[in-house]
Amino acid sequence: MSIELRNVTLRVGAEPHIYETSLTLKPGGFNILLGTTLSGKTTLMRLMAGLEKPTTGEIRTNGTNVTGLAVQKRSVAMVYQSFINYPSFSVFENIASPLKVAGLGKQEINEKVHRFADLLKLTPMLNRLPRELSGGQQQRTALARALVKGAELVLLDEPLANLDYKLREELRDELPKLFEDTGSTVVYATTEPLEALMLGGHTATLKEGRVVQFGKTASIYRRPATMESAEVFSDPPINTAVISKSGDQVQLGSVASWKVPRELAELPDGDYKVALRPHHLLLDGGGVEVNGMVQIAEISGSESIIRIRVNGNVWVSQTQGIHSFVYGEKIRIYFDAGNCMYFDADENLIDL
Amino acid sequence: MNKTQNNRAWWLVVPVLILVAFNAFIPLMTVVNYAFQETFGDNVFFWEGTTWFEQVLRSPRFHASLIRQFLFTGMILAIEVPLGIGVALAMPRKGPWVSVCLVLMALPLLIPWNVVGAMWNIFALPEIGLLGYTLNSMGIDYNFTNQPIAAWMTTVVMDVWHWTSLIVLLCYAGLSSISDDYYQAAHIDGASRWAIFRYIQLPKMKRVLTIAILLRFMDSFMIYTEPFVLTGGGPGNTTTFLSIDLVKIALGQFDLGPAAAMSLIYFLMVLLTCWAFYTIMMRNEEQ
Repeated sequence: MSIELRNVTLRVGAEPHIYETSLTLKPGGFNILLGTTLSGKTTLMRLMAGLEKPTTGEIRTNGTNVTGLAVQKRSVAMVYQSFINYPSFSVFENIASPLKVAGLGKQEINEKVHRFADLLKLTPMLNRLPRELSGGQQQRTALARALVKGAELVLLDEPLANLDYKLREELRDELPKLFEDTGSTVVYATTEPLEALMLGGHTATLKEGRVVQFGKTASIYRRPATMESAEVFSDPPINTAVISKSGDQVQLGSVASWKVPRELAELPDGDYKVALRPHHLLLDGGGVEVNGMVQIAEISGSESIIRIRVNGNVWVSQTQGIHSFVYGEKIRIYFDAGNCMYFDADENLIDL
Repeated sequence: MNKTQNNRAWWLVVPVLILVAFNAFIPLMTVVNYAFQETFGDNVFFWEGTTWFEQVLRSPRFHASLIRQFLFTGMILAIEVPLGIGVALAMPRKGPWVSVCLVLMALPLLIPWNVVGAMWNIFALPEIGLLGYTLNSMGIDYNFTNQPIAAWMTTVVMDVWHWTSLIVLLCYAGLSSISDDYYQAAHIDGASRWAIFRYIQLPKMKRVLTIAILLRFMDSFMIYTEPFVLTGGGPGNTTTFLSIDLVKIALGQFDLGPAAAMSLIYFLMVLLTCWAFYTIMMRNEEQ
């Protein structure tokens, strides 16, 4: 099912929750809504599901206007961050519940439940109650319920957020495969850029109730159209600074300068903005040298995350190996100018 | 490494032991003392064995008050539990009315038992009470002081008025713990209002409801002050519940032996019923 939001806005009282948004999701795709908490991911899903009626604009599925159509009349399934199952139903009954509502025969229900229980590795737990399951199994049950329904639109609202690290990885690998054959259009909300990258598909970056950009996940990551989009799609936060171009040199305050990149070559002298991902900012190697002062150094596994004050901005370097620094230490960091993204004064990407 | 033995910490338990001894164990043993012996005063006791127990258990008077007691408890549970759940479901979840409703609900619970009894006594008096007068002027012959049915109805309604709030508040707490996602999910599934109640709200309320029923059972089974002030157990013996009967025997007739035996039987009944109820509910929970 294709779903299209056409100039949709949502206001609750006088407060805007979603600013004018247009978004078209192709049938059968895996779509990610990426944004921080309160960026409007859940609200957008509620609008798509029909749980919320847009203040203005319309929602179309397969080309027909369904704005205001009750959720029960649409082909929608939703999975939540908190594991939602019927508490007094066994796993079997939980998975069977949408089929019973649909009025399927006993034989067919039995067959389908077993097929999806098998797919989600729930077969040994079919007779248990949700509270007798681990978090991962509870969420698998909820996923099975969504899958068995065969809904054309499946909304997954941060389904892995409450799971522990291991289970999250495991389920994240399985998710796109699970929905591959169903033909459902899947919408997946997450706060983690890494998760979006791993899931692939298309991504919409969201900020404060606005869709900033929508496109192929990998290309949004590589070529974010705006600085906002780059910021949403980076964890740890992306490093930004104002640079000024004069002649064949760009200057970053007094701390660094490098040769004008191809992107800026044709443009007039003046101020531009630069963004650089933390893993491109290194402690050794060649390229542009920057002087800074260490603020915090954290170790995360085999990586170090170092916050450095550079010309009034706080930059983050994410480097391999374990490095320890003390607060206030002077440090020299390096980056390859080819990894920089340049934006104009309106924070739009300067692309070649 | 040597561990030093120091048992002085046990002394810390002494205050609790003294408290429990004075407030539970010693009074209970005094009752046990009376239940197995006969006394004519002057602290002279004669061993009677199980005589008093047999006498109480065989007495038609005890049977009658026991039946009345079960009837009363059954009636108020049958009214208060569904009514309490209903009111809790109807209460608003959000907004300024929540606190208004909660305060209104809590009010009856804050009124002392004897005041409730006195209030309803005056309220229901046929000549001057608002309820009694209104009913009579509507042509309904109502006088709880000499009509057994009217006395029963008034007692039951009084208890419902006083205690339904407890069930409402507990159920409301249970309902508030259900996240909106459940309702949303049920909505997407196309579940009916009844299905939402039966398969989401009721299972989620089960624990608090068990506690509510248990509390109401215990309290109503031991009810004394309210019916005593309202009807004094009358007309005749028609609203003489177990505890009223017990006080009549112990303090009215001064039959200390049978009264003590009856107290123990009464106590064991409450204890056993609660234990059985709780065990069954918890076993269901585990299954």
